Amino acid sequence: MARELLKGNEAMAEAAIRAGLEAYFGYPITPQTELLEWMSKRMPELGRPFLQAESEVAAINMVYGAACTGKRVMSSSSSPGVSLMMEGLSYIAGTELPAVLINVMRGGPGLGNIAPSQGDYNQMVRGGGHGDYHAIVLAPASVQEAIDLVVLAFDLAEKYRSLTFVIADGNIGQMMEPAELPPMRPLKRTVPEWAVQGAIGRERRVLSSIYIEPEDEEVVNIRLLERWREIEANEVRFKEYFLEDAEIIVIGYGTAGRVAFSAVRTAREQGIPVGLLRPITVNPFPSGRIAELIPQARAFLVVEMSTGQMLEDVQRAVEGRVPVEFYGRLGGVVPYPDEILNEIIRVAEEPIELGVDPLDGWLKRLKAITN
Amino acid sequence: MQTEIIISGFGGQGVLFAGQLLAYAAMDAGKDVTWIPSYGPEMRGGTASCTVIISDEEIGSPNVRNPKAVLVLNLPSLDKYEVLVAHGGVLIANASLINRAIERKDINSLMIPANEIAESLGNRRLLNMVMLGAMLEMLPVLSLEQIEQALDDHIPERHRKLLDLNISAIRHGAEFARKEGVEITEVVE
Repeated sequence: MARELLKGNEAMAEAAIRAGLEAYFGYPITPQTELLEWMSKRMPELGRPFLQAESEVAAINMVYGAACTGKRVMSSSSSPGVSLMMEGLSYIAGTELPAVLINVMRGGPGLGNIAPSQGDYNQMVRGGGHGDYHAIVLAPASVQEAIDLVVLAFDLAEKYRSLTFVIADGNIGQMMEPAELPPMRPLKRTVPEWAVQGAIGRERRVLSSIYIEPEDEEVVNIRLLERWREIEANEVRFKEYFLEDAEIIVIGYGTAGRVAFSAVRTAREQGIPVGLLRPITVNPFPSGRIAELIPQARAFLVVEMSTGQMLEDVQRAVEGRVPVEFYGRLGGVVPYPDEILNEIIRVAEEPIELGVDPLDGWLKRLKAITN
Repeated sequence: MQTEIIISGFGGQGVLFAGQLLAYAAMDAGKDVTWIPSYGPEMRGGTASCTVIISDEEIGSPNVRNPKAVLVLNLPSLDKYEVLVAHGGVLIANASLINRAIERKDINSLMIPANEIAESLGNRRLLNMVMLGAMLEMLPVLSLEQIEQALDDHIPERHRKLLDLNISAIRHGAEFARKEGVEITEVVE
């Protein structure tokens, strides 16, 4: 396959189709709409169902129903729409079904705006819906990575009967970059042993998230947790830049990660021993890799387009052994590389105390430059 | 090193396509490239802009504060971007719609009557190609031949009949810049 110039949203849609997507259900919302639009054209061409539902609530429940049949199914939306889907997502998790959801995140809370944001980290990573469950969360930083991770999302979802989220943001969705799409996969022929497709000639199967007896629900919760621990052991993914001799370690994912990459590269040219760890799975989180880096680290610097949500995961991995500093822009504002470069220089030059809440200093510095 | 180019004007002036053409040509030349539009909740006649980053290595931030080159097709865009062009960078302004001079002296700049040149070719919608041609003369990040080949390879089928006119517009833009005796800003690889 040759490299083509592809728009993030359209590339993610086509990648899903080529990964063998069998049905799509969604509802339009900026900055994700081109994804649904692409599906509306391509899925009928291929004789596969595309359905624009009456709302996100309906769309995710259609995904729930279709997933019960063992088909490859997905939806996509952006932050406010994803909030509406939370009940359905919890039901999908509780029924132990594979399903993929792409969230092209935007500024919030509330209606917010349509600019790129990472404010949904906690919602996507920590659950969002009710009850004890975990979802795999993949965070692309380029169009090519968005394609690759959408394909991976389906494989992981089915391997672990798990919800898998791809969290992009408005930048990834709207940008065009050269990228290579995978070849078209044939549709899956096998039916999973749990799927319901009509029970003629065999024993009845029931798929449900209702377990009236707490002891039965407890068994389900244990199974979900054990499956999650297997995912944690096997599916952590990240990318590293200049880490070999780095003493300052920047951590950022998605768009914030690639903006940080620009800053880290410039800082390296200035002779600062800094490197970047860019989580690709933000759930499971690369805590083990971070722990390995502690001995060489003078300090960590977490960069987000949110208020220090991933920061908590980094702090947990670092266990207070070296300082963890923070820089974030909020509400749909994307940082420029020079802002992060200034932070790298600050961390390189100023002594950073252990045990100080990094949010205190960051808020002061942020308020000095905001409206 | 990378070259960042912002193209900004009214919606409908072809700023997004001009940027995409650059991106296609850069891709075909084997470079890394990122094209990103401004995508606010715009209304018809509102502003539109895009950023194109062309590089020989992995591209980090898709947004740049101080671009190497800016093409402004209307006055609001000049007011916004004149101050942001990188020191020693390139600023090209559409003189047909802009009634003031460029004030910065530390950059390589050109006022070009892009609408008039486009109209002289028979189609005023070619102004984006005129501007692009002038830029390639002043900042040869890609050759005219590479751009023309990209146009041939990627022009939407419904516009193919306009291919020769588009190429002519690019050449007229470059020629105008040449006749004005513009400096050539080196592209750092």
